[in-house]
Amino acid sequence: MIQGIIAIYVREMLILKRRLSRQIPSWSISPFLYLTAFSYAVGRGVSIDGHSYLEFLIPGLIAMGSMTQAFAIASEINIARFYWHIFEEFQAAPISKFAYVAGEVLAGMTRALLAIGVIMVLGFLFGVRLHYGFAFFMALLLNSFVFASLAVGLAMVVKSHADQAMLTNFIITPMAFLGGTFFPVDRLPQWAGAILNLLPLTHASKAIRAACLGEPVNLFSYVLLFIIGSLFFGLAVWCVERAKD
Amino acid sequence: MIQVRNLVKTYKDVKALKGVNVHVKKGEIFAYLGPNGAGKTTTIRILTGLTRATAGTCLINGFDIATQTGDAKKQYGLVPQAINLDQELTVQENLLIHGWLYHMASSDIAGRVNELLDYVELSPKKKSLVKTLSGGMKRRLMIARALLHSPGVLFLDEPTVGLDAAIRRKIWTLIKKIQQQGTTIFLTTHYIEEAEFLADRVAFIDQGSMVALDTPANLMAARGAWAIDRLVADVMETLYFKTREEADTFNTNRSEQFTLRRVNLEDAFLDLTGKKVK
Repeated sequence: MIQGIIAIYVREMLILKRRLSRQIPSWSISPFLYLTAFSYAVGRGVSIDGHSYLEFLIPGLIAMGSMTQAFAIASEINIARFYWHIFEEFQAAPISKFAYVAGEVLAGMTRALLAIGVIMVLGFLFGVRLHYGFAFFMALLLNSFVFASLAVGLAMVVKSHADQAMLTNFIITPMAFLGGTFFPVDRLPQWAGAILNLLPLTHASKAIRAACLGEPVNLFSYVLLFIIGSLFFGLAVWCVERAKD
Repeated sequence: MIQVRNLVKTYKDVKALKGVNVHVKKGEIFAYLGPNGAGKTTTIRILTGLTRATAGTCLINGFDIATQTGDAKKQYGLVPQAINLDQELTVQENLLIHGWLYHMASSDIAGRVNELLDYVELSPKKKSLVKTLSGGMKRRLMIARALLHSPGVLFLDEPTVGLDAAIRRKIWTLIKKIQQQGTTIFLTTHYIEEAEFLADRVAFIDQGSMVALDTPANLMAARGAWAIDRLVADVMETLYFKTREEADTFNTNRSEQFTLRRVNLEDAFLDLTGKKVK
C-alpha cells in the first residue's frame, strides 16, 4: 500500500515542481493584496484583543490559505480525470482506494504547507512577528487534512470542471469569509456565532491564531478537526470506489 | 487466459452487454470487432476492473476481476482508447510512476524502462516531456507503460485510433512483436484491416451481443473469396463469389459500373448484421 501512496503523491509533487515558478507568485497575490489593503487602508489603529489587526489577520489568512490550497487538489484531480483521463490509470492499477486517497490528501496538504510558507514570508516582510511552533503546525496540518480529504471526495462526485467551480463557490468561498478569518466570530450575535462555530475553518482559525499569538490553545478544536478530517477521508475512499460507474 | 461468461452490463434502461461469452487462449491476438457503441469498450472496462458488471464473471489468468481484483489487475496491462499519459511529466517519470503503482522495486523499474524504451524505439525521448511527443510516440509509450510490469495479458482498446496509416502500421508491427514474446492480446478495433492483419481470432459484437467468433480466414471464406460492389438503382449491392472466374463471368456483358475486390472482414460483418463496422 505504501508504494501506491508514494506513486500518487510523487506524481502530484513532480507536476507541482514543474509549475512551482508560476505557482509561487500565484500563491502570493491574494495574501499580498489582503495584507496591503488591511495594513494600510483598514488596519491602522484597529486593535483586536490587544493585538494589531495584522497580527489578527495573518493567522486568519494562514487558515484560509491552507484551506483553499488543500482544497485545490480537487482541481488537479479533475484535470487528471476529465481532461487527461489519468484517473483510469489509477483505477486499473492494483492499488487500494485508501492508497489513492492518502496520496492525493498528502499532496493537498503539501501544497497547503508550501502556500502557507509564502504567507509566513510575506507576514515577516510586513513586519509582523508571530509564534510558529508545534501547536501552530499541528493546527495547520489538521486543517489541510480536513479540506484535502473533502476535496478528494467531492472531486469524485462532480461530473465536470464547471461542477467543481460551483462547489468551490458554495462551500469554500463562504467559509473563507465567515470562518473567523477577517473578524472574531465571538463578536457576532450569539446565534450567528453558534452557526459559524459549526464550520471547521472557524476552529482552525481559532487554533492557528491562538498558537501564532502565543496564547493557550483549545484542544477541542484539534480533536474536532481530526474527527471531521477522518470522516471526510473515509467518505473520500467510499466516493473513489463509487466513481467506478 | 481470459474467460468471460454470460457478461451482462445494464446502464439504467440500456443493455450494453447481453450475455457475452469469450475464451481467449494464451498467446493469441483476439480482436473484438464492432461499430461504435457496440459494447467493445464496456467489455474492456469490465475486464480491467474499471466498471462493474451487472452479471457474469470475468477471469484473467484464473483470477476473478470482481472478487480477486488486486491479483487480477497484476495479470494485465491496459492501453485505453484515450491518451492518458501525464503530459507534464517526462517519458521516464510516467513509466516510473506506473512501476510504483504496480508494486515494482525502483531498482527493477530503471532497467525495465530502458529495455522497453528501446523496444518501442523511444530511448532518445526518455527525458522529454510527454506533451512534446507526437501522437504515434504517445501510443507507443502507452504500450511500453502497459508492458512495464511484464503482464501476461495486454488489453488494447482502439490502439491506433486517430493515427495516420504509416504510424498505424508501425504500431501493428509492435503488437505482433509483443505477441511473439508470448503475451496474450485482447484488441478492440473498428478498423477492419487492423483485425485482419493482426488477429488470430475475431469476435463480432453488435448491440451488446456476439454475432460471430472465428478466425478471420474462416469468417471471410464463408462469404466467398471475391466480391463485386455495384450500384443498382442508386443502392450499393455486394455480391460474393467463390472464385475470380465466377466473378468475371458474372460481369461479362454487364454495362453498370462495378468494383471487383477480395472479400474482407467488413463483408463478413455486413453479411451477419446488415451494417458496416465503421
